[in-house]
Amino acid sequence: MEGKISCFHCGDPCQTTDISYEDKWFCCMGCKTVYQILNEHGLCTYYNLNPGAGNKIKGIEPSKFDFLDSAEIQDKLLDFKSSDHQKITFNVPSIHCSSCIWLLENLPNIEPAIMSSKVNFGKKTLSLDFNPNKITLKQVAELLGKLGYTPLISLDTISPAQVASSKDVYIKIGVAGFCFGNIMLLSFPDYLGMEIEEELSSYFSYLSFVLSLPVLVYSSQDYFRSALLGIKTGFSNIDIPIALGIVALFVRSCYEVFTATGPGYFDSLSGLVFFLLIGKWVQGKAYDGLSFDRDYKSYFPLAVLKKQHDTYESTPVYKLRVEDLVLIRNAEIIPSDAILRSPVASIDYSFVTGEAIPVYTYQGDKIYAGGRLIGKSAVFEVTKAVSQSYLTQLWNDVDSMNRKKKGSSQSIIGKVSRYFTIAILTIALLSAVFWSFSDVRQAFLVFSAVLIVACPCALALASPFTLSATMNVFGENKFYLKNTHVIERLWKISTIVFDKTGTLTTNNQKEVGYNGTGLCEKDKTAIKSIVLNSSHPYSQAIYQYLNHADEKVPEPILFSEAHGRGVTGIVGERQIKLGTSGFAGVPPTQSIHHAEDGGKVYVSIDEEPKGYFNIQNNYRSGLKELVSKLSKTFRLGVISGDNESEKKLLQGIFPSARQILFRQKPDDKVDYVKSCQERGEKVLMLGDGLNDAAALRQSDVGVAVADDKAAFTPASDAIILGGQITSLDKFLRLAKSSRKIIIASIVISFLYNLIGLSFAIMGKLTPILAAILMPLSSISVVVFATMAVRMVSKLYKFN
Amino acid sequence: MSVLVLLIMISITVATGFLALFIWAIKSGQFDDTDSPSIRMLIDDKKRSK
Repeated sequence: MEGKISCFHCGDPCQTTDISYEDKWFCCMGCKTVYQILNEHGLCTYYNLNPGAGNKIKGIEPSKFDFLDSAEIQDKLLDFKSSDHQKITFNVPSIHCSSCIWLLENLPNIEPAIMSSKVNFGKKTLSLDFNPNKITLKQVAELLGKLGYTPLISLDTISPAQVASSKDVYIKIGVAGFCFGNIMLLSFPDYLGMEIEEELSSYFSYLSFVLSLPVLVYSSQDYFRSALLGIKTGFSNIDIPIALGIVALFVRSCYEVFTATGPGYFDSLSGLVFFLLIGKWVQGKAYDGLSFDRDYKSYFPLAVLKKQHDTYESTPVYKLRVEDLVLIRNAEIIPSDAILRSPVASIDYSFVTGEAIPVYTYQGDKIYAGGRLIGKSAVFEVTKAVSQSYLTQLWNDVDSMNRKKKGSSQSIIGKVSRYFTIAILTIALLSAVFWSFSDVRQAFLVFSAVLIVACPCALALASPFTLSATMNVFGENKFYLKNTHVIERLWKISTIVFDKTGTLTTNNQKEVGYNGTGLCEKDKTAIKSIVLNSSHPYSQAIYQYLNHADEKVPEPILFSEAHGRGVTGIVGERQIKLGTSGFAGVPPTQSIHHAEDGGKVYVSIDEEPKGYFNIQNNYRSGLKELVSKLSKTFRLGVISGDNESEKKLLQGIFPSARQILFRQKPDDKVDYVKSCQERGEKVLMLGDGLNDAAALRQSDVGVAVADDKAAFTPASDAIILGGQITSLDKFLRLAKSSRKIIIASIVISFLYNLIGLSFAIMGKLTPILAAILMPLSSISVVVFATMAVRMVSKLYKFN
Repeated sequence: MSVLVLLIMISITVATGFLALFIWAIKSGQFDDTDSPSIRMLIDDKKRSK
């Protein structure tokens, strides 16, 4: 029975059978509480939809949402505000299934003060209407937290302009498609070579002309804008020949219609714009539910308690000034560089440095922003404004430098189109000159025909379709790219840099081993009781290691924690000491180097040395194979913020690594990436956490590693789920293959262009020929690109 | 022939009406979330007395 039951709420296996309610078992009190709330309100359908659907409840600190009482912050967050009605949209990353939607949309049944709630599943947002007289914003957030749907609140939400522009593309496609379809209907007599009355055919032509106007003026405006920009800045882009083609099509068609010499090319014009816009839409598709742009602000609290006169009041972080005194409580993050004013505080710098073990600081010590306070509340004096702290400064420097670099990286199509534009113009001019000797009118016709037929529609579609198909394959395999440009940057990667903690190792599990004289069950229980009282990560690891049996752990009679050295206490009749060898009174093991001492916790019971627990991070499986595959083509490096305790192990995994560096601060990481880039290498960096954020920004492709999709990742170019790191070599190979596919597509589109050009130069291009050639070339390129990517990904054994 | 002209006029007017509807649908946000409505409709909404 034991070990087999899983939590009725979250589906995780239960560690104990102590926690039950009615006939159901739960893994923790949090899960049980949620069940009780749901049961009380008759909302247990939640579990019928998906068994074990709940989110594991992580204890949230009672004060976590205090800042929501501040009117200023409320003003920024609320979508709508009146005396008895407020509207807010929360970002809730833990929305993952139909049960979530069901429960969240039933919130009014739990809390009547909430009038309505609506989930957007794709974006993982929850919109709520509530009555502020009956429930405060803070209480709403706390209710969500209690149910396991802790909202993620940050002040920089998506700007409305971004949403509007994505809607714009749809409308442009709709308008272009509408005009294209109707003009095609009107052109059918021409396609079929039917004889119709002159009057009717000119009526059709004028109607086509009218229908093409919205396409020219509205749907294709982006191409003209971008082409103008391209000409102005001397940066040649694919939009220049496209805009030329559109103009040539329109002028030529108008000429034919108004001189009654032909039906014009309005169908080709609107079809061209329609296909191009679809290409643009395909390329613009992104993962809405994932955020690639979180900056340091999302990590920091929105408000802190600031001392005003004799009380502490919640103040927005950006209002903090130098010399303000702030009170930070357990598990809160220190928002700016500060000096400790309380006697002692324990700070977890894992965000900043990657070092997992808390640091003990004393009055007057300098504290860096980003540290998390563990244990007793402490008072700090702000020494720098939030925007000027060490981490944020580093971030901003890298950011401002890189924005230009990444924005202007010239794509393969951009390079091709420079020569393409020149070649097309030359051919057009030469053939016009040639014809002008015999017939000036014909010279104009040939000139425009060349521009029409050379319009690089297929060329413009080759890259978006190949890249987005590649991006889809990546996404299916849990490697999410910010946009398709990232693939183009992946082509050039020559160096891969890994962070250690959270990237090469799994975040939550540690491997624990015990060396020494045997411990009896009672000893183990006593040790468990001691470590349960300590928040040190090693203590928690030992607890996890010892905790197989489901038994009640007695409270220690005496317990004390010596900062940075160990814990001691009395349980029953046993005095337990756990900690460094000096603290526990156990002689350090001889055979091991001193540097590796970091991962050891020595034990003594009743002053009698017993042995030590060996604690190591759990490395992801398959790393060695990955490294040996990658090292053939790439230079590898490891930079870790942690201490050297695992140097040997890492050298075993990375025999060919150029460098394995330890104790690297965030700016050291940035400098390392920079120094690689200065040697002309293109760097792919993998990391998690805020301490890697600046380096991820600096690298050519920064990949954030997350253990689940809802996890919090720093700003990056891509997000990869932890388990997929071992497929990194496949991803890189597929990315490189996509480059070859694009080149092949370009060749295909050139072949079509050659055929079309030969007709155009001879003055034999007819509207029907253009109407056949243009869609044919576009569709065959699209089909080729998509199929090729699928085939290659099968070849590399992606699903 | 005049029948043809009339018919085309009518058909384009009707089509323009649909285009206008399409644009309205986009602007009113009907394409913003295509996932949750598909799930929502499968969930019974029982009226609770509580």
